[in-house]
Amino acid sequence: MYPRPFDYVRAESVEQALDLKSETEGRFIAGGHSLLPMMKIRMTSPETLIDIGRLDDLRGITSNGGFTIGALTTHSMVASEDGDGFPAALKEAAGMIGDPQVRNRGTVGGNVAHADPASDLPTVFAALGATMTTASKGGSSRDVAAADFFTGLFESALNEDELLSAIKVDAEGGGRGSAYAKLFNPASRYAIVGACAVVDVDGDGTCTACTVAVGGLTPTATVLESVASALVGNPITDDTAETAAQTAGDEVGDHVMGDVYAGEGYRRDMLPIFVARALAAAGSRAG
Amino acid sequence: MDVSMTVNGKEVSADVEPRTLLTDFVRNNLGLTGTNIGCDTSQCGSCTVHMDGMAVKSCTVLAVQADGSDITTIEGLASNGQLHPMQQAFWDAHGLQCGFCTPGMIMASVKIADGNPGITDEDVRHGLEGNFCRCTGYENIIKAVKMGAAAMGGQS
Amino acid sequence: MSRYMGTSVKRVEDPRFLQGRAKYVANLSLPGMAYIAVKRSPLAHATIRGIDTSQAEALDGVIGVFTGQNLLDGGASFACGALPCGFTPPDIVTPAHNPVAVDKVRHVGDAVAVVVAESPYIAEDALDLIDVDLDPLPAVVDARGAMDDGAPLVHDEAPNNLSYHWPLGDEEATNQALADADHVIELEFINQRLIANAMEPRACVAEWDEATESMTVWTTTQNPHTIRLLLGAFTLGIPEQKIRVIAPDVGGGFGSKIFHYPEEVITPWVARAIKRPAKWVATRSESYVTDAQGRDHVTRAKIGVTNDGMITGLHVTTWANNGAYLSTFAPLIPTALYITLLSGVYKIPHIFGQTYGTLTNTVPVDAYRGAGRPEASYLLETMVDLAARKLDMDPVELRRKNLIPSDEFPYQTPVALVYDSGNYQALFDRAEDLSGYEALRNEQESARSEGRLVGIGFASCIEASGPAPSAVAVGLGAAIGLFESGTIRVHPTGKVTVLTGSHSHGQGHETTFAQIVADEFGIDIEDVDIVHGDTDRIPYGVGTYGSRSAAIGGSALVKSAEKIREKLKKIAAHQLEASVDDMVYDQDEGTISVAGSPEAVKTFAELAFALTTADNLPEGMEPGLEETTFYDPANFTFPASAHVAKVEIDAKTGEVDLQSYAAVDDVGNVINPMIVEGQILGGIAQGVGQALWEHGIYDEDGQLLSGSMLSYAIPRADGFPSIAVDRIETPSPHNPLGVKGAGEMGTIAATAAVSSAVLDALAPLGITHMNMPLTPEKIQRAIAAAGNGGGE
Repeated sequence: MYPRPFDYVRAESVEQALDLKSETEGRFIAGGHSLLPMMKIRMTSPETLIDIGRLDDLRGITSNGGFTIGALTTHSMVASEDGDGFPAALKEAAGMIGDPQVRNRGTVGGNVAHADPASDLPTVFAALGATMTTASKGGSSRDVAAADFFTGLFESALNEDELLSAIKVDAEGGGRGSAYAKLFNPASRYAIVGACAVVDVDGDGTCTACTVAVGGLTPTATVLESVASALVGNPITDDTAETAAQTAGDEVGDHVMGDVYAGEGYRRDMLPIFVARALAAAGSRAG
Repeated sequence: MDVSMTVNGKEVSADVEPRTLLTDFVRNNLGLTGTNIGCDTSQCGSCTVHMDGMAVKSCTVLAVQADGSDITTIEGLASNGQLHPMQQAFWDAHGLQCGFCTPGMIMASVKIADGNPGITDEDVRHGLEGNFCRCTGYENIIKAVKMGAAAMGGQS
Repeated sequence: MSRYMGTSVKRVEDPRFLQGRAKYVANLSLPGMAYIAVKRSPLAHATIRGIDTSQAEALDGVIGVFTGQNLLDGGASFACGALPCGFTPPDIVTPAHNPVAVDKVRHVGDAVAVVVAESPYIAEDALDLIDVDLDPLPAVVDARGAMDDGAPLVHDEAPNNLSYHWPLGDEEATNQALADADHVIELEFINQRLIANAMEPRACVAEWDEATESMTVWTTTQNPHTIRLLLGAFTLGIPEQKIRVIAPDVGGGFGSKIFHYPEEVITPWVARAIKRPAKWVATRSESYVTDAQGRDHVTRAKIGVTNDGMITGLHVTTWANNGAYLSTFAPLIPTALYITLLSGVYKIPHIFGQTYGTLTNTVPVDAYRGAGRPEASYLLETMVDLAARKLDMDPVELRRKNLIPSDEFPYQTPVALVYDSGNYQALFDRAEDLSGYEALRNEQESARSEGRLVGIGFASCIEASGPAPSAVAVGLGAAIGLFESGTIRVHPTGKVTVLTGSHSHGQGHETTFAQIVADEFGIDIEDVDIVHGDTDRIPYGVGTYGSRSAAIGGSALVKSAEKIREKLKKIAAHQLEASVDDMVYDQDEGTISVAGSPEAVKTFAELAFALTTADNLPEGMEPGLEETTFYDPANFTFPASAHVAKVEIDAKTGEVDLQSYAAVDDVGNVINPMIVEGQILGGIAQGVGQALWEHGIYDEDGQLLSGSMLSYAIPRADGFPSIAVDRIETPSPHNPLGVKGAGEMGTIAATAAVSSAVLDALAPLGITHMNMPLTPEKIQRAIAAAGNGGGE
């Protein structure tokens, strides 16, 4: 299985990458672990690949109160990040993507820009309330909230002339914790259901704020507001987590996808279970 | 287009189509056929090589992306006629049968054992989630990686 | 005393695999080589209205594009023939299988055109440019549904899509035995479609030598001589002596590389047509839609038991899906390798079994590891478990009551086979001990009291391995005998080359066969090289499948070694001026001496050289030292197993945690315990794969929904606990080594054991049966349904 022929150019700067993009209408490639498999099965065949993989400014995690994750940061780097306050859910989700070799090449930016519903990171970023920073020609940039970024199945708010440059997340600790719970497809390792919870607790262990997002079963990462509000004001235990998670199914509505391995009904049944597991784990990390 | 890289310690260069996969580059351009192709969906891990010190699936890397990189394939693992401790461990523990997954399995194992001489069963089983073997049932591979890790003493 | 037999000699073949120096077919590169890609049908069933290859032919770098008609019309001297079926029981319908489809396509992946290009990349580009005009027809995919009135016909010559019906046993007596039973348990179930997924995709390279009009074919096969025979007699139209088939290093087979495939016809045909070497390598995606698949039965079974747990009879009807064409040995698998195994390790007075072999619009089905025997074991063990549950009896206790006693061998079953040897009671004792069966049951009881779903599965299985006595095989419908060849060639210096018709694709013959030969002569293992997989170097041989290599291929070598020792004794007697009857061959030392005069001694190497100088031979003795044996076994061998699996199920998600697994096998004498253990362990993983994960799923249109490694769940390292293996040894009396087959036993037992464990875990909920694979979804649905007042 080989891609169709294409032209290849390597960008030496973000500005050049954006110029090339407007000149060629090509596709950016970084790690290539979302794009190349699709090109090999000839599902997509760009005429030009613009390799942004050497733009080292876009690689790495910097701490600045919160964290800025460069788009070229690999999943391995995220999974082994041990900065104080780095969101635990992000770290654990990154470690559940693919396998070690895939995590060594696959990048956070590429993953997010691909907006695969079964991918883990969109769910986590939605729950973390992350901000996606894009760059466009002329040095301009814009910030998009994660909730607005994932617009549909393999669709994002990224414009044709933009490049995703970084993702910003808040630090946790001091009463905030997060967790990601995932039911794996045994073949692909993608999420059948992925649930991410971020919770704040006060000194008594009462939940004061909560965000929950789910993916895998929905066309795009979906934030579950009623689950979150059901938990706020309660101590976080297995029981309260389970109770709060009960409305998850209502909230994802009719938009549940199934496949031969795990049908819609099963996924729907698994949803509150994994939401509850994420909530409980996040709660124990927060407290 | 021209690509140059270091493969198993040697500088190599060639003129390739941009769509040439790194696997095909090492197999066809360099004749290093130890790196095998077992699937077309980045799953099986047979094509695992080291790229700038990391295990990667060379079927999902373009040769042009690897331009300037330092690549090690299974052929470059033994040195001075001595098997690498991980190769030796796979032999000693009967960690291979048909041998097709073996190069990728060993290349992946070297990296999960790196810095982890006392690696546990669970870490090995998890660490090899990107490498399929259809012959061994993995039992002896787990044994081999633990032995190899101990023999490596934390160094690759 | 032997130096090598029974010891875990490290594999001599390993250094090349460990260092990336193996010679797989895909690694072969020949000067001027062209590359083949095959255009395949995206539809399961359709009429070919037309194929436009003009655009593809115009692409730069394309050498030629050929259709099925081109292959058939290739000129009188090299027109391709249809792929034959090598096992034809009475009244079978065998529809033609053209290497490239003509007029009609019958499964997704059926070849419709062949591109030849200067690079594999260009060849794939050209596939995009071929326009195939297909007129869709309704498809049929279900093994039993294929026989329904009005079902779409896959081949006009096979009414009701029935290829063969194969009954065995006394149905009337069996029905009476069931009528006389205190309880009859009936179950209808599916043994799902599996896909072998050998890690090396199939590949073929061919080179035509115009000067000698001969063809060399390198192919990923388990049996090069069979491929040569079929190429010569049926498909290629080149005389057999002009064809050389080489199976170099082959990356796993598990049955899927036994068969003669279309690409083994296409590639040499192309090489001859373009007068250049040609190469085809399957992509994994192609493997999923072209490698013969496994299992796929629908079965209805009835077992009768008395109140005290004695089995009275078993009645089985199976619909076996053969796919769109009969693959090389397809009809053998669900008949003579399945129905005949239905007695298992038990004394069952009356058994009747019958199989309807049907054709469907799916990829052909043939042998996959175990091949018929895992289907039989799963059936029998499932029925026995249900009987035990009906009687509220421990399943091991019920099994023990029905075991064939160890003093009743050879044992004649009601389904044709005569078991050679065994000690099933000892096997059970060891398995209960190794697994801690009693402790597991206690643990289960306390877990259940906490509401946890813990299950223990026990499977005791038989295998008929080492097919087969040729007269029996041919009598049942095989086109060829199933003996094996073994040549021992002793060189002037006393070094030895062994030529075997068996083929190693992971089994380690280069080590085990060297162990056999080194011990036969008392020489160092380093002095013995094993050659296999090349029809020009090796006498006609049959190849490796059915766990036959040690029992048949190994025995051929023992016989050849005996002949050589006899010759050596004669020349030693001549040179030492003693009687042949007084010669003693010391197999520890590799010497021959005169009984009572140890100083009168000749070494193996000295005698080998003496046969080369040839100046002082006994009268009538020919020079040289080489012997060949074609060994035809007297019977199958019958390995047996008792495996115990423990699982815990997450009641919320339905996920199965396989927590422990203990396997005790009796594969007779063991040549290399390390290698035998490796075979058992690998087999177990595939068996567990069937029970829990693997499934070739077709939709009603014949699309394979699990057609990649992203959707077909191949077992991974993290799916298993550490597995405990042990064995007992009851030698087979039917071969000189006393060995039984070891390659398939793990698979045969593991599927049944793990399925049994899962169903045992769910028993408190009233769930009696679920079809495999036992996925979390199915289990969770069953639990939910049980909670709502009924089992599945």
